[in-house]
Amino acid sequence: MYAARARASLRGWGGVGAMAVLCALALAFVLLLPRTQESPTGGHTAGPGVAEATQARAADCKDSEAQKQTLSPSGADGPTIDAIKSRTGAKRKLVVGVDQNSYHWGYRNPNTEGAELEGFDIDLVHRIAEDILGDPDAVQFKAIPTSQRIPAIQDGRVDMVVRTMTINCQRLGEVAFSAPYFKTGQQVLAPKSSAITGYDDTLAHKKICTASGSTAYLKLKADRGKGTLPASTDISTTVPNQLDCLVRLQLGEVDAVVTDGALAASQAAQDPTVELKGKAFTTEYYGVAMKKDATDLVRRVNRILVGYRANGWQASYDRWLSATLGKDSGPSKPPAPEYLRTS
Amino acid sequence: MTHPPKSSAAPPQVGSALPTVPPQPGSPARPGPPPAPRRTAFAEGVERVRAAATTEPGRLRIIGAVLALLVVAFGAVTAWQTSERAAAADDVLHRSQPLSAGAAGIYRSLADANTAASSGFLAGGQETADSRDRYEKDIRAAAAGLVTAAANAEPGSPSEATVAKLNQLLPEYKGLIERARTYNRQGYPVGGAYLRYANEKMQNEMLPAAEDLYTTENQRLDADYGDATPYPWAAIALGVLALAALGWAQHRTYRRTNRVLNHGLVAATAATGVVLLWLVVGHTVARSGLDGSYDHGIRSLKALHDARIASLKARGNENLSLVARGAETVTVGGQTYDAYYYNFDKDMTVLGRGLTEADRLADDQAGTKPVKAAEGNMAVWKKRHTSARTEDENGNYQQALDMVIGGKGATGECFDSVDSNLARAIDHEQTEFQQAAGDGLDAMTGLTVGAAVLAVLGAAGAVAGIGRRLSEYR
Repeated sequence: MYAARARASLRGWGGVGAMAVLCALALAFVLLLPRTQESPTGGHTAGPGVAEATQARAADCKDSEAQKQTLSPSGADGPTIDAIKSRTGAKRKLVVGVDQNSYHWGYRNPNTEGAELEGFDIDLVHRIAEDILGDPDAVQFKAIPTSQRIPAIQDGRVDMVVRTMTINCQRLGEVAFSAPYFKTGQQVLAPKSSAITGYDDTLAHKKICTASGSTAYLKLKADRGKGTLPASTDISTTVPNQLDCLVRLQLGEVDAVVTDGALAASQAAQDPTVELKGKAFTTEYYGVAMKKDATDLVRRVNRILVGYRANGWQASYDRWLSATLGKDSGPSKPPAPEYLRTS
Repeated sequence: MTHPPKSSAAPPQVGSALPTVPPQPGSPARPGPPPAPRRTAFAEGVERVRAAATTEPGRLRIIGAVLALLVVAFGAVTAWQTSERAAAADDVLHRSQPLSAGAAGIYRSLADANTAASSGFLAGGQETADSRDRYEKDIRAAAAGLVTAAANAEPGSPSEATVAKLNQLLPEYKGLIERARTYNRQGYPVGGAYLRYANEKMQNEMLPAAEDLYTTENQRLDADYGDATPYPWAAIALGVLALAALGWAQHRTYRRTNRVLNHGLVAATAATGVVLLWLVVGHTVARSGLDGSYDHGIRSLKALHDARIASLKARGNENLSLVARGAETVTVGGQTYDAYYYNFDKDMTVLGRGLTEADRLADDQAGTKPVKAAEGNMAVWKKRHTSARTEDENGNYQQALDMVIGGKGATGECFDSVDSNLARAIDHEQTEFQQAAGDGLDAMTGLTVGAAVLAVLGAAGAVAGIGRRLSEYR
């Protein structure tokens, strides 16, 4: 399409000029290609204009800047929000993919009346439902495993996923993210008596558990390939949910767990004999994930987040996370949002 | 038997030894002329019989011996074949069927324990006394069933390995459930993670092993039936032969002496006839009893056990769909379903098929009634499940939960009714089986000993009868 448009606008310049521009584009494309490792080379055979557009964005994307690739806030309704609002009767609900296993993030407290889901993520979901549908409880929660977060959005099984989901470049190619609402980083969790001191050589010959499809697993795999992580480290144990790692750790099937610091702290809060080892070795931001083309919904959520950061975020932090992450919420606060995505 | 080799081996030995032994000066001359080759005992016997057959007393002696031998052989083969069948029938009644039922019981207990554990989890930290009791009772029943199965498994058999595996997994499973409970009570979600892990162990390792055990025990049951029911053709053929020989002997006596009755031979004929009749009638009755116990008992029991297992699986999936909350999906024909709901529908189809089959096989009012009642329960269950699922799909989790594990009007009620009705039907069919198989076994009672005693009497009669004729030549 880009090529067609370009051709139309360039018709006046004559065939030779158009060819020259196309050649320049192709050259730029070829030069950019090696820098985008995760893009399949098959993209080469697609229409040159489209391929050029995604290649350019993926190439621009750096994981440390990924959280900026979102749309500016707006309260206007669009096709996605209209579709949600047009649900009738008992189905007039926001369908949200959450976790029910992350202590103080999204979990089912068996000792409360009705055993409702609760936690930091769940508070945010209620706020979004209140804003869009006028009722904080107009939510249908779907518990989804870590590896199912992106397929659930793409298949339309959920409207959005609010589930401690890290914003990164690879996922930006598959789904759209809101502005960040939390800051964390990968950390190592191990028994207090363990010789492991952090994300370093003490992990040699140790078994590490991660959730399948998590950023932790991808990072470990990449680092072991680069040699940052000892090659003897066994990272073959992957489970549907990060909490299943605590089970494996307690049963002695693995030596350590790598997951987001926020979730690792939740695990440590459930077992006094394990602790976080060393500092966080990455910086990551959680975002609300939505369908890639649901631009109206993304803008709406970003507007909600603007209000939520000013009023609501701190209260929710104090209620759920201050006990495990510390009274000072400063290190967890998301940065001031930037909205660099334009379409 | 030792004679022939000795006599045939001796001459060559002498011959070959001769050249090596130097001529001995002191030895006398060769002992007479070379002896005529010694005849074997068998050859001698044949010669003697051939000589005897030329005279009437000799012929009579031979006839008497053959008759006695035939009757004794008939008795022995009858005793052997009937005792073999009686032992197999006894195994059916007292060993393989109880073991097959026991294996089904182990499977049921394990699946039910898992269902009770997930119900307890769904109910939250305040697990009800009922679901706890049910879980504990199931674990006890499974452990007791495993002990029985272990005691009856042959060393080195696949059943033994399966029982050992289950024995090892059961405490592991129990440990995981206890941890899940403890963490649940403290309000930690890691309790749910333990429950999932325990469920995985149950679904992927324990239940398949229990199913293996059930299959193996059923194969053994079928094999025992196969050993108990075939007609004892060898015994029957020998009986007919013995009767024919006795008849021929009496005909011969009548032709030679014009006497119609020889008491001894008549007694022998009567005894042989009674044994043959007893054998044929007794075995036919036993066989029909055993076949009846298979058609009306075993086949019904299999259908009922399968239905019960399907209802347990369906209940487990119904619970787990609420535990997992849409976490697991399957894609079939391009369409995505909740994995547990999808499996629930499949299990309900199996349950419906099993109940229809059990209904068809049930042959009396007492057997049909509980099956019909279970079919009714199943229909209500399906209806309630549909509304519960609608609530769940509309996001009314709490309502769905109440409709599944709540008290009155919940699907749990229907499942319990299906289960207790099936238990009643299984009890009834078990009694029917025991009665029919017991009748079959009873029909064989005494046949072994009776055949042996009568055959000895018959042989004695034949010998006495021939002896009576023989005495006329002295």
